[in-house]
Amino acid sequence: MNFFQQVGYYTVRFVEESGRILILFLETLAWTFRPPLQGKEILKQMEVVGVRSFPVVVITAAFTGMVLALQSFTGFKRFGAETMVGTVVALSMTRELGPVLTGLMVTGRVGSAMAAELGTMRVTEQIDALTTLATNPVKFLIVPRFLASTIMIPILVIFADIIGILGGYLVSVQILGTNPTLYLRRTWDYLELEDLYSGLLKAIFFGMIIATISCYQGFSAEGGAEGVGRATTKAVVMSSLMILISNYIITAFII
Amino acid sequence: MGKEPKIKIRVVNLHKSFGDNHVLRGVDLDVREGESMVVIGGSGSGKTVLIKCIIGLMEPDEGKIYVDDLEITSLSEKRKNEVRKKFGMLFQWGALFDSMTVWENVGFGLRHQTHLKDEEIKRIAIEKLALVGLRNIENLMPSELSGGMKKRVSLARAIATEPEILLYDEPTTGIDPIMADAINDLIIQMREKLHVTSIAITHDMKSAYKIGDRIAMLFQGRIIEVGTPEEIRNSSNPIVQQFIEGRSEGPIKIIDPSLLTLPPGPRRGARYWMEREHFQEVIEDEKKEV
Repeated sequence: MNFFQQVGYYTVRFVEESGRILILFLETLAWTFRPPLQGKEILKQMEVVGVRSFPVVVITAAFTGMVLALQSFTGFKRFGAETMVGTVVALSMTRELGPVLTGLMVTGRVGSAMAAELGTMRVTEQIDALTTLATNPVKFLIVPRFLASTIMIPILVIFADIIGILGGYLVSVQILGTNPTLYLRRTWDYLELEDLYSGLLKAIFFGMIIATISCYQGFSAEGGAEGVGRATTKAVVMSSLMILISNYIITAFII
Repeated sequence: MGKEPKIKIRVVNLHKSFGDNHVLRGVDLDVREGESMVVIGGSGSGKTVLIKCIIGLMEPDEGKIYVDDLEITSLSEKRKNEVRKKFGMLFQWGALFDSMTVWENVGFGLRHQTHLKDEEIKRIAIEKLALVGLRNIENLMPSELSGGMKKRVSLARAIATEPEILLYDEPTTGIDPIMADAINDLIIQMREKLHVTSIAITHDMKSAYKIGDRIAMLFQGRIIEVGTPEEIRNSSNPIVQQFIEGRSEGPIKIIDPSLLTLPPGPRRGARYWMEREHFQEVIEDEKKEV
């Protein structure tokens, strides 16, 4: 293949794959609103996505809030605005770092597991077996994961926001010697509900992105263990990139 | 005899390609009600594609499939699902759901197609497991079973909803000869006890002779011969003779495996695609010679 053929080949493949992911997304949405609701399976996935990701998200958020306080303190001290640290931490966490970092951590933890599990089911014909038992694989396998991610990631983000702000507070008050009342005041005075909402809106989109892309990669795995490995890698890389790209787009629209 | 038996499944001029690979090139096959049809053919001859088209796991590019005189390839997914309830399928490696216990696997179809209670489903699952000769394993996980047991559980799952048609994908592949014969006996029992129509695909001639009422040979994407095991054994077609006797010389050419080996290095990128094209030309030439 020469250069132009390659460009053409990859372009066609990119468009084709985007289309397939979009179709799977629409199919998932359609099945989501069709009974029966698989309560038990959804709860199980909510535990996997939400509860078990909690420790990772807490640690990530705590240290991010802490380092934010340290860094912005260093910067703000140069023009005597140390008291604004609380505002910066709160705004950065709720608008940006809470959703993005939670999204990326959950991708690594949950997206990879989804792709690996569904990919293994694909290559061992378990997904075909579902179809032969007159059960729709999208309804049975993807919908619970999709719902669980879309519901649990915003909840994780709320925790991440709180813990991030708390981390910033501890560093400022305990280590940097800021006045606790002043810190909290600066946090509350400038923080608006809109900041929280915009972060949660992002989180909902990230939840849909992670579940759709990871499940798509799992479903289209082929070629044994190697194929499952490839699907897992693709799921994590593609979801992470999509989170970062869509994060910019959503932010641009909100502002 | 007198009356012609009813045709349960009719496949007409079925075509299926994957990219440049034209796997099925016009398959015609009739399966009568209550009969056990065995489709034989080499690896990669498209046997699996054929049964996956019949049960609707793959869409054929061209051609028609009738189940009880109903054309199924043009049906909506929802109607197809209704037709699928007539089918049970035994997968080559069992394809058991490894997140569920054995009885949950066997009862899966019942749970999703009926409104039976859990205890009732479990009772039926244990009964079906007994039918395939398995006892006291209902609470195990699939990973705790041997290959032969997995196939039996898969068979129990396939018959749990009492389907009219059973499809067997290589039922004796990958298990020891004694277990393979036991599976053959089970397949015969299923036909006699449950009066199902079945299609089995295999390249194991011993099994084909034993379980088949009729045998069809798939070669280069078409059915080249159909007959009773006796007729197949005495076939004058050199291709059929070569296959059933398992000779490497004859009209079926074996493509030199060294030509098929892909170059070392990554399985992606320009070099791979360049070489892949080259190999496909070689394979096409080989096919033309045949």
